[in-house]
Amino acid sequence: MEFFGKIGSSVEGGLAYVGALTSLAGRAAYFTFIGPFQGKPLRFQRAVAQAMEAGVRALPILSLITFFIGLILALQAAYELRRFGAISFVASAVALSMTRELGPLITAVIVIGRSGSAFAAELGTMKVSEEIDALETMAINPVSFLVAPKFIAMILMLPCLTIWANFMGILGGSFFGVAQADFTFPRYIIASLDALFMRDVVTGLIKSFMFGVTITAVGCLEGLNTTGGAEQVGRSTTRAVVMSIFLVILVDLVFTMLFYFLGEH
Amino acid sequence: MAPSVENLGVDESFDGPMISLRDLRVSYTGREILHGINFDVQRGETLVILGGSGSGKSTLLRTLVGLEKPTSGQVWIRGKNFSAISEVERDEIRKRLGMSFQGGALFGSMTVGENVALPLQEHTKLEPTTVEIMVRLKLDQVGLSGFEDFLPSQLSGGMKKRAAVARALAMDPEILFFDEPSAGLDPIIAAGIDQLILELKKAFHMTIIVVTHELASAFLIADRMVLINKGDVVALGTTEEMKTSKHPRVRQFLDRIPEPAVAQELDYLQMLTEPSSRSGEGRQGKSR
Repeated sequence: MEFFGKIGSSVEGGLAYVGALTSLAGRAAYFTFIGPFQGKPLRFQRAVAQAMEAGVRALPILSLITFFIGLILALQAAYELRRFGAISFVASAVALSMTRELGPLITAVIVIGRSGSAFAAELGTMKVSEEIDALETMAINPVSFLVAPKFIAMILMLPCLTIWANFMGILGGSFFGVAQADFTFPRYIIASLDALFMRDVVTGLIKSFMFGVTITAVGCLEGLNTTGGAEQVGRSTTRAVVMSIFLVILVDLVFTMLFYFLGEH
Repeated sequence: MAPSVENLGVDESFDGPMISLRDLRVSYTGREILHGINFDVQRGETLVILGGSGSGKSTLLRTLVGLEKPTSGQVWIRGKNFSAISEVERDEIRKRLGMSFQGGALFGSMTVGENVALPLQEHTKLEPTTVEIMVRLKLDQVGLSGFEDFLPSQLSGGMKKRAAVARALAMDPEILFFDEPSAGLDPIIAAGIDQLILELKKAFHMTIIVVTHELASAFLIADRMVLINKGDVVALGTTEEMKTSKHPRVRQFLDRIPEPAVAQELDYLQMLTEPSSRSGEGRQGKSR
């Protein structure tokens, strides 16, 4: 009985957490899409600053990593494909797995490490040094001022970064294709594009949008829930990273299943 | 000079008590911190809230500015029940309050000037140049002219606190709240803050609420004092009344007498034996 009780209480805790995430995301959405029409300011400049930090500054590391991932994918695919003399399918294998799965996922993981953790640390520090309280006493809504700009930045930048990651992955794959599989560079690119349908790219981008919402909600919620001192800020940051990775994988699973069953018909 | 605040249901000519507390009770995680607080604060009055650590005085201040919700009872600010009005109305009242936090609570990512400018940019339609002038004026008022472009991390403790006061003054508040204004400051800087509070009161007829346990500072700035102990109002009166009070708690606090040692030997024995038997149970429980 105790065992089932524990399962019950952890399920309850999990649902409460998801509820808190949804509530925070909902309030941020209100201040982004509805607030501006009710005379509440949309903090566009703060969103642009966040987009620079979360998006543009992630480009170098994202490019490098996804280039390598593309190359690794090509090597792994070729390992099996060459036994069937089908090494020319490397291009489509890399293109499909990048755009459908690894592009969005690797991008999300890098953004969690760079920005999700930073959101939790920033808001956590502000919470313990009473800066969030100060905003409230000044009649400035912390969600509108701090959280909404991060949401805007992330839901815009994550799909953009994902497109870039897909491109860099294919570029990495082409390295192998040209060196080992008798492709010329233009032919490799054409073979990759031929393998892709619009549907593959779009499903990847829908996922990356959802990842953006998840990462921001978790990072900000963990930050805002910080109590105590500096030690707790560290703990919130760790929790934000672990929770974000877990929830991103979960969201990925849900959407992949959804697309799989929708694609059947 | 006052920035134009849109008047949403706030009565300009209000002349009742600026703050009144009616049987205010506040609980944290099931434990009641404040057990029914009652008092009024009149316009232009400086009230000092005294109390030891853990007396509930900080919770009282946080409830006054709306950071904590009362579990029962009411906080009336300028004739409005603070906990029963809409968020829009509450924000309108908050624009007329200024709060100086214990650690300053300046936004670390913004310069001192941006910190002071923030409420003006958020709540008024003033031109950027006007905001700039207002910021310089407020910083000058607290003796921080020329520090607009410094980051809070580049300031000393006393300067941070004064910058926080400048930010609290930005909207020309009617009620100003201070949480431990002289905590962690050297006596000279602390005296400077006291002086600043006195000047604000004289020049702008502000209603000022100060939470502190610094007695010297309290007697210098207060019109009236309230002593909080374990979540109850022990005494409330003018500085003179407090000085001459016979109440044992007031005397203990003002004369700085430590808590009496355990009175009875029997109690002492009981105190020693009880917790140890309890912790023994705890250990047993764990090992099972």
